[in-house]
Amino acid sequence: MRRALPILVVLAVLLAAIAIVNPFFIEPAGFLSFVRRAAPLVILAAGQYLVIVAGEFDLSVGSLVTVEVVVAARLIDGDEAATWPVLALLIVLGLVVGLVNGAVTTLLRVPSFITTLGMMLVLSGAVFLWTGGAPRGALSQAFRMFGRQTGWAVLILVVVAVAAVVLMRANFGRTLIAVGDNERAAALSGVRVTRVRIIAFTLSGLSAAVAGILLGGFAGVSAQVGQGLEFQAITAVVLGGVVLGGGRGTVVAAMAGAFTLEALFTLLNLYGVSGALKFTVQGVILIAAVAAGAIRLPFLDAPKVKGDAHAVS
Amino acid sequence: MLTMTGIGKSFFGVRVLSGVDLAVAPGEVHAIVGENGAGKSTLMKILAGVHQHDEGTIEIDGRRVSFGHPLDAQRAGVAIIYQEFNLLPERTVSENVFLGREPIRRGLVDRTAMDTATARLLAELGEDSFGPRQPVKRLSVAQQQVVEIVKALSLDARIVVMDEPTAALAEHEVELLYRLVRRLQERGIAVLYISHRLREVFDLSDHVTVIKDGRLVTTVATEDVTSEDLVRLMVGRDLNGYFPPRSTSVGETRLQVTGGGTDRLHDIDLKLNAGEIVGIAGLQGSGRSELAKALFGAEPFTRGEMTPVRPRSVRQAIRAGIGLVTEDRKSEGLALRQSVRDNALLVTRAIGRGARRSGVRDLLERVRLTPPREEQEVRYLSGGNQQKVVLAKWMTVAPKVLLFDEPTRGVDVGAKAAIHDLMRELAEDGMAIMMISSELPELIGMSDRIVVLREGRIAGTLPAGSSEEAIMSLAAGEVSA
Repeated sequence: MRRALPILVVLAVLLAAIAIVNPFFIEPAGFLSFVRRAAPLVILAAGQYLVIVAGEFDLSVGSLVTVEVVVAARLIDGDEAATWPVLALLIVLGLVVGLVNGAVTTLLRVPSFITTLGMMLVLSGAVFLWTGGAPRGALSQAFRMFGRQTGWAVLILVVVAVAAVVLMRANFGRTLIAVGDNERAAALSGVRVTRVRIIAFTLSGLSAAVAGILLGGFAGVSAQVGQGLEFQAITAVVLGGVVLGGGRGTVVAAMAGAFTLEALFTLLNLYGVSGALKFTVQGVILIAAVAAGAIRLPFLDAPKVKGDAHAVS
Repeated sequence: MLTMTGIGKSFFGVRVLSGVDLAVAPGEVHAIVGENGAGKSTLMKILAGVHQHDEGTIEIDGRRVSFGHPLDAQRAGVAIIYQEFNLLPERTVSENVFLGREPIRRGLVDRTAMDTATARLLAELGEDSFGPRQPVKRLSVAQQQVVEIVKALSLDARIVVMDEPTAALAEHEVELLYRLVRRLQERGIAVLYISHRLREVFDLSDHVTVIKDGRLVTTVATEDVTSEDLVRLMVGRDLNGYFPPRSTSVGETRLQVTGGGTDRLHDIDLKLNAGEIVGIAGLQGSGRSELAKALFGAEPFTRGEMTPVRPRSVRQAIRAGIGLVTEDRKSEGLALRQSVRDNALLVTRAIGRGARRSGVRDLLERVRLTPPREEQEVRYLSGGNQQKVVLAKWMTVAPKVLLFDEPTRGVDVGAKAAIHDLMRELAEDGMAIMMISSELPELIGMSDRIVVLREGRIAGTLPAGSSEEAIMSLAAGEVSA
């Protein structure tokens, strides 16, 4: 929790700033609607965290979200009865895409940056081919409930967040971080490095499926629904102080990073800053956060005494 | 031709060389011998301009020189051929020879000139098995060595330093190297030949300089000494320092290998018994670490029998009760940015059995981690404390056999004694322990039995309390005088 502190402070400041401009924000309804809006990104960030902390990337989640929504609309096509089977199928789809990413990265030794970039293009192309640019069909009322009704969205978010925290405290999570920190030492301690990494990718795929389900209801059906989400998720994770290259940072901080990013977008919106600036802001944050991490390191690596003092605090 | 006088060098306040003298004449082959860590390589790196000496002088042809950079040494005619070659595998032989100083004609690299010059030098060395246009990656290790020598010659080197040139060579390639060294000699080039292998020293050198613990022991004409003399000069220090008492009772066999082999190891017969610490001695490249990795399933045996199991993977070995404390704890033993607790529990979590989180504190006290702070990131710990965390990591799964590769390297004296005590304690509790060490006093002080490796084979087994001379003789493959 100590490591998540800086980002929690930043988040608190931003939330306060929003509240000053828009008092409705601190009322339960206002705040929960913010949480609902942030939920897909927070869930994606949790998935992305698992991959990044193991020293990898997942660039395919944005396209995967789009695929999930487009497939859902086409298969359900307004048929309420189809809701639950299609939901199950979407979850499986997410898991399979993640599994493929993981298997290609670890077994074929393709760097994950390339694997998931390739997957992003493959999925984007498939959506375009299948829809011809304009998605057809419609989601059912039951499906849209998850993203629309604040209660559902918040509940799903809480479940995912708790699951992520528990997972990171369990054997799997601890060995995952060890793999990201020192793969060789982990392997020589009996960790199944390949398996652990594949699971991380698979869970990232799952998070994209869940985020897609929420976004479908919230934002509706379009071929652009997931666009740029992979970069938002990575920015959120990095903003949470999770180090690219692996082995450092907590999932709580990564999720807090997602909330912070969403809060920042909200604030910019309130101040009437153009939505077009979203990407620019993200880019600046991404570079600044990584640079800040790099600058901090020498101090931490410095004399042992200082390290001890740091641990006491 | 080359005179080094009173050379001294310290790294971060630790003295590694002091008062070393060396004189070499043209056309002389001068061997430099000493134990692992005696300071041979440091001395040569000073000569090559890689390190700068703190004391003493270097003269070449009577002119005092000072090398601030390897290029200075190169210009003065000193070439060094390391154990690891500095060649670009994708480039051709002549491109490697002329790397960074390619002849230019009309603004373009003159390949013809490069190839001709290289071919001429190859011919002079009597090398006809490959040509100047061959890519280096297709060459054998011995042939790559030839390329390094051609490079040295093309730089007009008059002093060639060879650091353990036979370490990576097959038996039949050693002859070729001998021939090469003699050719250099004929051209009036002085060769400084660093080797552990006494046979080569006697086959090749005119003079031999012995270095021990960073000091010059003596320089003698090779024909005036026997290999026994050399071994005695290389070792033979007082056994100081404290070691725990030896084992009193040896129990059942915990691990046995018969005829074990890999591409680096041959005919390994080894038995590790409960309650016993077996020391493994051998020079660099003798296969010590490979033996540990084979027993641990990290670089598995491909031949032979092993009980309780011949592990094909690390997990299999761990499940069979075998643990390995690796030589390099930072790159192979610990996840440095994780806490002491997470590191201690890594094996347990990986195989899903062993001590619980609540048991970590007791274990940390048992390994005498001071202070036993579980939340501390291990990178902030001293070398000794880091090693104790590695030990705790293995103790969580209570292995039957624990293999140690250089357990006290880079560890301060106090922690060293604690680790030694702990190893003995574990043995007394019925663990079988194998310990690889380059430090002869440690091997002699700790081991109930010392197995000596040489070139991937077991050269012999010595009883507890054997002398350093006895170990070195076996390890270096002493020639009978």
